[in-house]
Amino acid sequence: MNGMNRDAAWRSFKGVKWTDDVNVRDFIQNNYTPYDGDENFLVGPTEATDKLWGKVQELQKEERKRGGVLDCETEVVSGITAYGPGYIDESLKNLEQVVGLQTDKPLKRAFMPFGGIRMAEEAAKTYGYEVNPKFHKIFTEYHKTHNQAVFDAYTPEMRRARHSHIVTGLPDTYGRGRIVGDYRRVALYGIDFLIEKKSEDLANCGCGVMTDDIIRQREELAEQIRALKQMKEMAKAYGYDISNPAKNAKEAVQWLYFGYLAAIKTQNGAAMSVGRISTFLDIYISRDLAEGTLTETQAQELIDHLTLKFRMVKFARIPSYNQLFSGDPVWATLEMAGVGMDGRHMVTRTDYRFLHTLENMGPSPEPNLTVLYSPALPAAFKKYAARISIETSSIQYENDDVMKPVWGDDYSICCCVSATQTGKEMQFFGARANLAKCLLYAINGGKDEKFLTKDGKHMQVGPEYMPITSDVLDYDEVLHRFDQMMDWLAGLYVNILNLIQYMHDKYYYEAAEMALIDTDVRRTFATGIAGFSHVVDSLCAIKYAKVSTIRDESGLVVDYKVEGDFPKYGNDDPRADEIAVWLLKTFMTKLRKHHTYRNSEATTSILTITSNVVYGSATGALPDGRKAGAPFAPGANPSYGAEQNGLLASLNSVAKLPYEYALDGISNTQTIAPETLGHTESDRVDTLVRVMDGYFKQGAHHLNVNVFGVDKLIDCMEHPEKPEYANFTIRVSGYAVKFIDLTRQQQLDVISRRAHQKM
Amino acid sequence: MIQGRIHSIETFGSVDGPGTRFIIFLQGCAMRCLYCHNVDTWNGQRGGELRTADELLDQAERYRPYWGDEGGITVSGGEPLLQMDFLLDLFRKAKARGMHTCIDTAGQPFTRREPFFGKFQALMEVTDLLLVDIKHIDADAHQKLTGCPNDNIRDMFSYLSAIHKPIWVRQVLVPGWTDAPDSLRRTRSFLDTLTNVERIEVLPYHNMGLYKWDELGIPNQLRDVQPPSEEDVQQARAILGAV
Repeated sequence: MNGMNRDAAWRSFKGVKWTDDVNVRDFIQNNYTPYDGDENFLVGPTEATDKLWGKVQELQKEERKRGGVLDCETEVVSGITAYGPGYIDESLKNLEQVVGLQTDKPLKRAFMPFGGIRMAEEAAKTYGYEVNPKFHKIFTEYHKTHNQAVFDAYTPEMRRARHSHIVTGLPDTYGRGRIVGDYRRVALYGIDFLIEKKSEDLANCGCGVMTDDIIRQREELAEQIRALKQMKEMAKAYGYDISNPAKNAKEAVQWLYFGYLAAIKTQNGAAMSVGRISTFLDIYISRDLAEGTLTETQAQELIDHLTLKFRMVKFARIPSYNQLFSGDPVWATLEMAGVGMDGRHMVTRTDYRFLHTLENMGPSPEPNLTVLYSPALPAAFKKYAARISIETSSIQYENDDVMKPVWGDDYSICCCVSATQTGKEMQFFGARANLAKCLLYAINGGKDEKFLTKDGKHMQVGPEYMPITSDVLDYDEVLHRFDQMMDWLAGLYVNILNLIQYMHDKYYYEAAEMALIDTDVRRTFATGIAGFSHVVDSLCAIKYAKVSTIRDESGLVVDYKVEGDFPKYGNDDPRADEIAVWLLKTFMTKLRKHHTYRNSEATTSILTITSNVVYGSATGALPDGRKAGAPFAPGANPSYGAEQNGLLASLNSVAKLPYEYALDGISNTQTIAPETLGHTESDRVDTLVRVMDGYFKQGAHHLNVNVFGVDKLIDCMEHPEKPEYANFTIRVSGYAVKFIDLTRQQQLDVISRRAHQKM
Repeated sequence: MIQGRIHSIETFGSVDGPGTRFIIFLQGCAMRCLYCHNVDTWNGQRGGELRTADELLDQAERYRPYWGDEGGITVSGGEPLLQMDFLLDLFRKAKARGMHTCIDTAGQPFTRREPFFGKFQALMEVTDLLLVDIKHIDADAHQKLTGCPNDNIRDMFSYLSAIHKPIWVRQVLVPGWTDAPDSLRRTRSFLDTLTNVERIEVLPYHNMGLYKWDELGIPNQLRDVQPPSEEDVQQARAILGAV
């Protein structure tokens, strides 16, 4: 690297290690300034911010009017350098402090065929666009896509399992996402240094013996270096040279964003997180403020404009995808706060500035603002975050005290609740297995209760084990058969994912993101559980009440009659909660038995996003009284109506689930009516802080906090056209959406979950 | 072993006393307030569940992590003062565990006669705070609204003031029934004679409890009464000096 550029860019920064090797954490720990004060230093939006956000809101309105998509690319295959510069509005482009769009126009969706050409075409077609037919030929005859490769290799059993939705939401038709490049590296080091380091890695890759691993590693490194070079070219189109480190806050924000932009131009993963950038950027902002080259107004403007760009990230999706993940989310997850390994909290003024974007530009689902919570965070910050939660319902909280021992103090959240060490790890995302359906397979000997073969028989999806033939379910018998069926499911599920991840690496490799992650990367293999609460309550019903089977003419159990009371998960009742803990541990232990692709570490999550509705609709009646087709409870939430002892009892049940067995996260979404938090605004803030302190002190992992009454949801559903609802944001399992962007069924689902509201 | 007749538990109480609180609703009330939103607690002989103080306090302990510096337990109802032996046992044991104790009462059972008064005096030794409802300051209106007189309730206020036991006073604002500025002013004058009022709260009437009247088949006279407007609530707060 050019020494002069580097000395100028790194002036007054402390520390040594990070200057020799890529080590952003070391840089942060040596240079950040914890902030203990309150929010009084914050400033409102600038005129430029108002204008640009106003323009984006106009475009969003137009987008909704056109059925969800404003514009769609049909002629250009997306890539880092596929487009010249694009701006929110040509006439306002000088106001943009942070430049760069995914395509040439704002909110225009790129054409991304590498995940699967048919999906890319279908996505365009859904919104009335026709992709140039030449691409069909190219991506079927001349070049394979990830989707085709996966289906080439699937076994018949895998296809059946996918069809019946016992495993579902798999990333076999879209990018797997969940890989967070360390975009801060672009700002701190500049591209040239990163190329230099990756070139060294390539030179030192293997001893010359060409095993599969080494060949693949060499090819991937070459792709990463190519991506880095393209990032420079992309930046140049906007008039920036990012070869060298950023010299000031504005450049740091811009360089970082270019790194992220490269990722979202090349990958359409379900989750495209930004990462833990707040404390990092604060170092640059603080330096400029101290040098007198930046004012607070300009600092806030930078953060507002960066956030504005994160609010604009879009991908073209197919309808079946939108059903799974409703509301057009991208999980541009961005973290703040947390506590360092040395015990200093990591709250900075820029953490306040990011939360303040929700005041300056109103509530928004993206970026997915995530507070890494610890009761040890400064009281002023906890109160500010709680107040913004009460006002906007746009923040999620994740427990730093349980994550830090596992992931250190520089992890990012790569989707909703999944931690990865920034720049050191990647994740193989693997959707989820439907354990509720697995329980039904245990009862019915692997036959599906809902999906039929062509000749009208229940499809044999699982192994043809002995079905349960008794009229009244016996707990020990059910548990034994369920255990066997989970063995089968865990094995099949891991193997499906092995196959998908293999093909994704081969045909849809994330070169831009991986270029910003260490070559010697640690990989996690993320699985997931759907239907969690229903399995727990069903087992409770079988154990503590009398559950009789109701069979159809073929003898298959299609419904259940429950007599008597039984404990339910969500009431802090040890009888139910012990079964919940058992279920998690048992399934995770079974998953761990299997070989996972590239020697990754298997993890699991209890997280469904909005897919709880789709999974539920594909699943028959359950012994807990849930009707066939009814939505599951989302994530690790207790079932609807099961919670009889109030919010804290519900939180206590969820807090018992051991994070160590669900390192991919345990999602809990709660809606609280404002009046139940207290009579006055300050009472409400204090109560919410106490709730989170109490919940997280017990080792719970995650909490989505919504604060509003059910009446507001109903009014919004009936009158989506009211201007106050245009940006009305609610937290659903692991992310946030605009309520008006949900389907009516999902809206009803959200409403039917009883808000914690004292009558 | 003394048992209380428990209507229900709310683990997340943040509007019934300071901090976050574990609320125990007792079964049974002698008042018949027209606006009652917990009519299912009226019957003190049937319904609910019989539980001991230790069982309840063990359960409450599970929520200590949420209490912060201020929280604790609140006994509400129904009317807690109808189960004096249980309440005394509960609060003595709660105090032994270092819990903040609070009673949410309308004061209807209060009397200076024995055996009640001796128990009440003992209870006050282990009670940190009382939330006392003023249904109506005027005797006639009180009788009409609740079916009970209020002279003994006013006497309880005086007694609590004399022993300097902290109270929060609560006035439910029911349009047409309790919102007349004149009577609110008289309430304020009465409260001004007391030494122990820490906080005054105005609770707007809501009709979310109506369905319970319907379920129990009890005719409800306030069916057509709507919640008060924000302006009326603000006005009442101003008169009473409420938060």
